[in-house]
Amino acid sequence: MRTPGGPDVAVGDVLLSVKAVSLSFGGVKAVNDVSFDIRKGEIRAIIGPNGAGKTSMLNIINGFYHPQEGRITFKGKARSKMRPHEAAHGGIARTFQNVALFKGMSALDNIMVGRTLKMHRGILWQLVRSGPALTEEVEHRHRVEEIIDFLQIQAIRKVQVARLPYGMQKRVELGRALAMEPDLLLLDEPMAGMNMEEKEDMSRFILDVNNHFGTTIALIEHDMGVVMDLSDRVVVLDHGIKIADGTPDEVKTNQVVIDAYLGVAH
Amino acid sequence: MGPDAAARADTFPKLLIRNAQLYGSRPAMRHKDLGIWQTWTWGQVLEIVRAYAVGLSRLGLKRGETIAIVGANRPKLYWSVMAAQMLGAIPVPVYADAVADELAFVLAHAETRFAAVEDQEQVDKIQSVKERLPKLELMVYDEKRGLRDYNHSQLHAMDDVIDVGRKALADPSIRAWLDGEIATGKGSDPSIILYTSGTTGTSKGVVLTGERSIKAAADTVAFDHLTEKDVALAYLPLAWVGDHYLNYAQGLVAGFCMACPESGDTAMADLREIGPTFYFAPPRTLEVLLTRVMIRMEDAGFVKRKLFHYFIGVARRYGESILNKEPVPFTGRLLYWLGDVLVYGPLKNVLGFSHVRVAYTAGEAIGPELFAFYRSIGLNLKQLYGQTEAFLYVTAQPDGEIYSDTVGPACPNVDIKIADNGEVLFKSPGMFAGYFKDAAKTAEAITPDGYVMTGDAGYFDEKTGHLKIIDRAKDVGRLNDGRLFPPKYIENKLKFYPNIREAVAYGDQRDFVCVMINIDLTAVGSWAERNNVVYGSYQELASHPRVYDMIEKHVAEVNRSLAQDKVMAGAQIKRFLILHKELDADDGELTRTQKVRRSFIAERYAPLIKAFYDGSKEADISTEVTFEDGRKGVISARVKIREMTTEAVASAMGKAA
Repeated sequence: MRTPGGPDVAVGDVLLSVKAVSLSFGGVKAVNDVSFDIRKGEIRAIIGPNGAGKTSMLNIINGFYHPQEGRITFKGKARSKMRPHEAAHGGIARTFQNVALFKGMSALDNIMVGRTLKMHRGILWQLVRSGPALTEEVEHRHRVEEIIDFLQIQAIRKVQVARLPYGMQKRVELGRALAMEPDLLLLDEPMAGMNMEEKEDMSRFILDVNNHFGTTIALIEHDMGVVMDLSDRVVVLDHGIKIADGTPDEVKTNQVVIDAYLGVAH
Repeated sequence: MGPDAAARADTFPKLLIRNAQLYGSRPAMRHKDLGIWQTWTWGQVLEIVRAYAVGLSRLGLKRGETIAIVGANRPKLYWSVMAAQMLGAIPVPVYADAVADELAFVLAHAETRFAAVEDQEQVDKIQSVKERLPKLELMVYDEKRGLRDYNHSQLHAMDDVIDVGRKALADPSIRAWLDGEIATGKGSDPSIILYTSGTTGTSKGVVLTGERSIKAAADTVAFDHLTEKDVALAYLPLAWVGDHYLNYAQGLVAGFCMACPESGDTAMADLREIGPTFYFAPPRTLEVLLTRVMIRMEDAGFVKRKLFHYFIGVARRYGESILNKEPVPFTGRLLYWLGDVLVYGPLKNVLGFSHVRVAYTAGEAIGPELFAFYRSIGLNLKQLYGQTEAFLYVTAQPDGEIYSDTVGPACPNVDIKIADNGEVLFKSPGMFAGYFKDAAKTAEAITPDGYVMTGDAGYFDEKTGHLKIIDRAKDVGRLNDGRLFPPKYIENKLKFYPNIREAVAYGDQRDFVCVMINIDLTAVGSWAERNNVVYGSYQELASHPRVYDMIEKHVAEVNRSLAQDKVMAGAQIKRFLILHKELDADDGELTRTQKVRRSFIAERYAPLIKAFYDGSKEADISTEVTFEDGRKGVISARVKIREMTTEAVASAMGKAA
């Protein structure tokens, strides 16, 4: 897989690190002095009870929110303020908690959109749609078809997204993120609202993406069973504070985590 | 020339070589991959299969050994079949959706040392039952995804196997060796083992030989005038005799192109893109298609809807006659032509039937309405009857002689006999060599004079000379006066009415036939709404006199149709009732596959059966029911019984539908 922009990071090295990051909205501290890192090639889960600051954390990594304090290093380069499109150029792709697709377009076109950043011909060439622009489009279409094959969504290729069931929309959204060939893939509750079978399918795809393309994945998920099976390391947030960080087994037996999830008598 | 030359080539590999010579640059196979139809010519297929065969032999596959083929319809799996046959090994296809247990049974019984599988799913499935398959040594797979980290000591990608073979074939001595292997193959050698689905007991391995398979296929290719210019979509399960016959055997004999769908879910869209000329679908599929069309038409705009229904009416009136080349008034032809331009043509295009010259359906009884619909819009849909032991065809309807309730006369060179108990017996060019490793069962299935027993009861219709299949032979009973009582035949006739969901017929060793009926709540409910019939529950609707009147009309029609047939006339329905509750698998009244359990129902509703035959006009019944959450309750009701007048035996037999 090509690496878009920036220096290469070897597998196992730190791809992204978050150091002492804090984010507040007015008086509310959504994220408070959190530090952790994501290593290249791993599946990293961010978990926590409702309102723990998981999505805020993802939005910070994505460049959508700008933390008031702290430092984020991606591929060895520190950055203070980054816009989402810069993050995209830098090789970060994401999916959303509530599916954010172009509902009126087909599954194929939606995934094709993910290739936009990889298109080099200018708008004029694209309008003419011949010569180099056409060659380029054929090449992109080929990559998109590989993704369609990978996600086994051939049957819905030309179906308008709005007409698809929720589980399928999630899959198309994953397809669009994959089309960007990201270094880091952020998944915001990829299995929310899915039935058991859809969850199993999605888990298989996430593992396959990681295994097949070597994509680093950071995911937020509520379903504890899924998280523990999928991820290599887990960071646990509660009320914006990091309360644990480690392998699924370590986290599972951590008393602070258990208390945060089950509640303790005060 | 095709069929004659085919008769000379007595194995499939020899046919493949013939096809490469005759139709070298014509398409042999297509497969949609990454959204684009890929094509292989006969010449290319031969080259690949030769390389694959050499590769497999390098891995140790030998003459006479079996190799399991597990997966969906993909070119590489068909090539696995061809390559194995080239070496004289025997392919054993297994249903792709077979659960691990069934898979283990077949692989263990067939003693396969090799398996050619589609993907990771099948590899996992086989590995999960590995301890039951001590003989299994090696798997080759088509789809690489997910298998990268597997232990590859006993696992090879088909592409790699083919590459190894291709390199080896550069050596002239290897080429000569392979030619020798192909020449050594005899027509009387086993060509494939197809396991029966096992609905009637344990699954049995039906051994077919190359020579007989090719002879049978050559007959039907000639019968339906199939040529190398035809196209078929291979979407039926690979392990089913239908796919092996209709697509593989006929394809090789006629030299036509077999297209593999992109995936199971896309078959409908692929059908439309490929536009096959030869098509097979079981009645269930045709029904689903029709329902989908009807639902979409109900959602269409006013003008379109009116247009559709008007021209479907025209088609109903003239369509079949035109297809059968019977005289039709000029205005009828004109209207039909207009309908074809406006409705039938576009409709067939959407369904992928535009180019279909020959279409078959088989497997179960097809409703006359459904059958007539497809024929009336110009699809040459015909019925055939067959089974694995016959290598599919026993009978088939010739063009122009189509009836919805027969399965046609014996196929060319097929000899059919009706046993004294009504069972259909046959001798056919394609008949099986025996059950694999089961001489006892083979002996049971073949009569001393060499006929195969089908297990189905049937008779030849006097007027048409066609075979009619009525039921499984063991289910057919006799009335007290000795006349035939085929319960399923009667039940099916009733169930063709949308208002009737389920029917259970009684009459074996009784004086006359009685039927319990379940109405279809959706169909009858919507009728009730339109006709101001007020009801509060299923029970109330079922006992409504007007519902009884409506069902009585259906039963009378069934009686009329039974009366037209001398053999069946005695089985006319004398009395019927509408059950107060729906038959349910949870209560054990239906099997999980929704088949009625006749004797269990007889026990459970014994008071009703008693009332049927003692002449009462109504009967009280209370039955225990199980709710979905496991709670039990009791439903009691007073059920009315209606008397029917039976028809005299008719002398003329009209064409059905």
